[in-house]
Amino acid sequence: MSDSLTLPDCLPAALKNSLLALLPKQGLLTEIEELRPYECDGLSVYRQLPMAVCLPETVAQVQQILRLCYRYAIPVVARGAGTGLSGGALPLANGILLSLARFTRILEIDKENRLARVEPGVRNLAISEAVADLGLFYAPDPSSQIACTIGGNVAENSGGVHCLKYGLTLHNVQGLKVLTITGELLELGGDVLDSPGYDLLALMCGSEGLLAVIVEVTVRLLPKPKEVSVLMAAFESTEKAAAVVTDIIANGILPAGLEMMDQLAIQAAEDFVHVGYPTSAAALLLCELDGSIAEVASELECVEKLFFEAGATDIVIARDDRMRQRLWAGRKAAFPAVGRLSADYYCMDGTIPRHRLSTVLKQIKVWSEEYGLRVANVFHAGDGNLHPLILYDANQPGELAKTEAFGQKILELCVAVGGTVTGEHGVGIEKLDAMCSQFGADELAVYHGIKKAFDEQGLLNPGKAIPTLQRCAEFGAMHVHDGELSFPELERF
Amino acid sequence: MDADISIHLQEQIILAQARSTALAIVGSASKDFLGRRSRGQVLSVAGHCGIVSYDPTELVITARAGTPLRELQAALAEKGQMLPFDPPCYAAGGTFGGMIAAGLSGPRRPFAGSLRDAVLGLRCLDGQGRLLSFGGQVVKNVAGFDLSRLLSGSMGTLAVILEASLRVVPCAATEITLLQSCDQAAALTKMQRLACAALPLSAMAWQQGQLMVRLSGNQEAVSTVREEIGAVLMADDAAKAFWSGLRDQRLPFFSSSQPLWRLSLPAAAAPFDGDLIIDWGGAQRWLKSAATAADIRQLSRNMGGSADCFRGGDRDGEVYQPLAPALMALQQRIKQVFDPQGLFNRGRLYAALPGPC
Repeated sequence: MSDSLTLPDCLPAALKNSLLALLPKQGLLTEIEELRPYECDGLSVYRQLPMAVCLPETVAQVQQILRLCYRYAIPVVARGAGTGLSGGALPLANGILLSLARFTRILEIDKENRLARVEPGVRNLAISEAVADLGLFYAPDPSSQIACTIGGNVAENSGGVHCLKYGLTLHNVQGLKVLTITGELLELGGDVLDSPGYDLLALMCGSEGLLAVIVEVTVRLLPKPKEVSVLMAAFESTEKAAAVVTDIIANGILPAGLEMMDQLAIQAAEDFVHVGYPTSAAALLLCELDGSIAEVASELECVEKLFFEAGATDIVIARDDRMRQRLWAGRKAAFPAVGRLSADYYCMDGTIPRHRLSTVLKQIKVWSEEYGLRVANVFHAGDGNLHPLILYDANQPGELAKTEAFGQKILELCVAVGGTVTGEHGVGIEKLDAMCSQFGADELAVYHGIKKAFDEQGLLNPGKAIPTLQRCAEFGAMHVHDGELSFPELERF
Repeated sequence: MDADISIHLQEQIILAQARSTALAIVGSASKDFLGRRSRGQVLSVAGHCGIVSYDPTELVITARAGTPLRELQAALAEKGQMLPFDPPCYAAGGTFGGMIAAGLSGPRRPFAGSLRDAVLGLRCLDGQGRLLSFGGQVVKNVAGFDLSRLLSGSMGTLAVILEASLRVVPCAATEITLLQSCDQAAALTKMQRLACAALPLSAMAWQQGQLMVRLSGNQEAVSTVREEIGAVLMADDAAKAFWSGLRDQRLPFFSSSQPLWRLSLPAAAAPFDGDLIIDWGGAQRWLKSAATAADIRQLSRNMGGSADCFRGGDRDGEVYQPLAPALMALQQRIKQVFDPQGLFNRGRLYAALPGPC
């Protein structure tokens, strides 16, 4: 993309002066070189420079920035660490980028109530580190947890490897302080398990910065389980591995994590981190069990038996920390490992009911051959959250477009089997078209209504997360032929 | 006797819209006592019933709103599963839709999550009779605003819930309840200590000088912990009767002419005098009191929580803790999005919902 396309509008002089007056030194960036690091988030195929970047340090400053932007009708895009994978923090050419990176204080750790009150720029992992001495931890663990911030986690309702058992961000956040675009401070939830009125706390989770700016988060802390074990099992087909996933759940076991990798992903991970994965296997399952010593022992026995009966070609049990970390290392490095195989890759995030796993994987394989694009599958098998990585080369003319078309088909298939276009990465700018496959005009109208109830002028992260009805009409015109649904052969729920 | 009467319900809403008739959404009327008094023409959802899909290996159940809660729970129990949030059952038992609209959770809530935590998606009819579908049948889903959870606990003031998908969990192999005599302050301290240790807890309550701790899990896990904690093992039948009596407010404590208040407080909030039962490991306290609403709410606010007049008292006054003005204004705007004419359950949640016409 050429620079001229990403050049922002000019920041109005009066607004600039007001911002300079209220922000600390180096708190306002307006030079092209300074803006450059903010031009994209984790989805770097989309880039745009903002008019300015604001780096406030206090809630009062954020409040003033929002009031100014409201007065001047300037769009605001909030940003945490910029690790998002759907372009949710992509700046707007006519907007301000509001970085919450300086809000890094843990304000209070309340051991008795098992809560931590933190600023939005606190890193996800930093919370667990801060409370480790108390024997507590913060459960959601997106793979970017070293870098991603809790404010961004709330905005995206982030998941992670352990959400099968411990839930998403939504289930682990108890209170929020947010600022509306008019600078009104709202307290949602708190140190209590529920609050009167409509559940705006749930609504804020995953709202992708469209409704309000998060300035404080109260998270729930859990006691660290006494025992953790990981089993790895290799299978000669993805179907067999997928069937065991269902068996484990059917046996009343809720693993802390249940992950699957296919052959291409196993090979890539092994070549990259050398953890001893069986590279000849068609599929690999990693199953983490946690709880009391007695509980883990009996579940371990049960899962091992299921793996064995399902014809696992190789079963490894990690009982100590070092071995456990080793088994996880390959899974955690899977994305960068796959990145070494190809110039570029495109990560999808659809979720499907578990029993549709093999159908969907088979279909992806067929399309992979049709499109001539390789796909590596790494995913949260326990909760049906797929992450097919489509390998492509952006320098080959037309290959990105082809990849996006392939990706779109995968997402439509996810919707058709009763799933969703995004499990944990968010819609952002990336999946706006896919949203048109999942929702009708009436739902979209309600979403826009909710957006207006918070932000009448449409100044908070406009153009993200919810497609306009017009966009869907145009998109639908391309994709629905003669009013037929895609995949008419599939049962619908 | 499964039946889909969504078209019929839609017609009634459109008719009510044309005539500006206020509607009172009713399942089995088992929770009539709950919320503010609301008047309107009855819109009965009871006929819209049946389990739409339930595959135990998916840990998800989808059912129509009029499905009797007991029927749904029996279907889950048959497969060794249950609703994680332990919903109360009143009178005839209630319906699935009423359960979601009321958003109540039982003693298991602090350990297994709330009703809204378990809601994955729902279909509903809004005040213009539009059929809307939010969320889905999968646990991980961040497409669109989370409106299925916004509707949970909204007391039918936003839309008529037609159908919902909920996450379910396997039942524990073993459950035991331990009993210990102690005063309120000691009980609260002990509850917080236990909650900080990684134990298979599934309920903690205190009443009349006795702390009750329920453990759920496999046989070995539960018996190991029992030895660790000490305390007396409660007889199985008595324990079951206690927890369901607490969940449904049927214990002798609850039969009283005095208003029953539900206080939502930080779990470790200090003990206070009064005729009360502590549930949710301290986070929910039931108080029988003839004191004024203002006094009880002040007490709750001072402790960082809120108080709702759960049963009895003045049902024409504000039953739920009043909201800050900015929050109320926002909730009114949300109500406008779903139900612009204010047809549904007028004033059931707050007098100011629907907002000023």
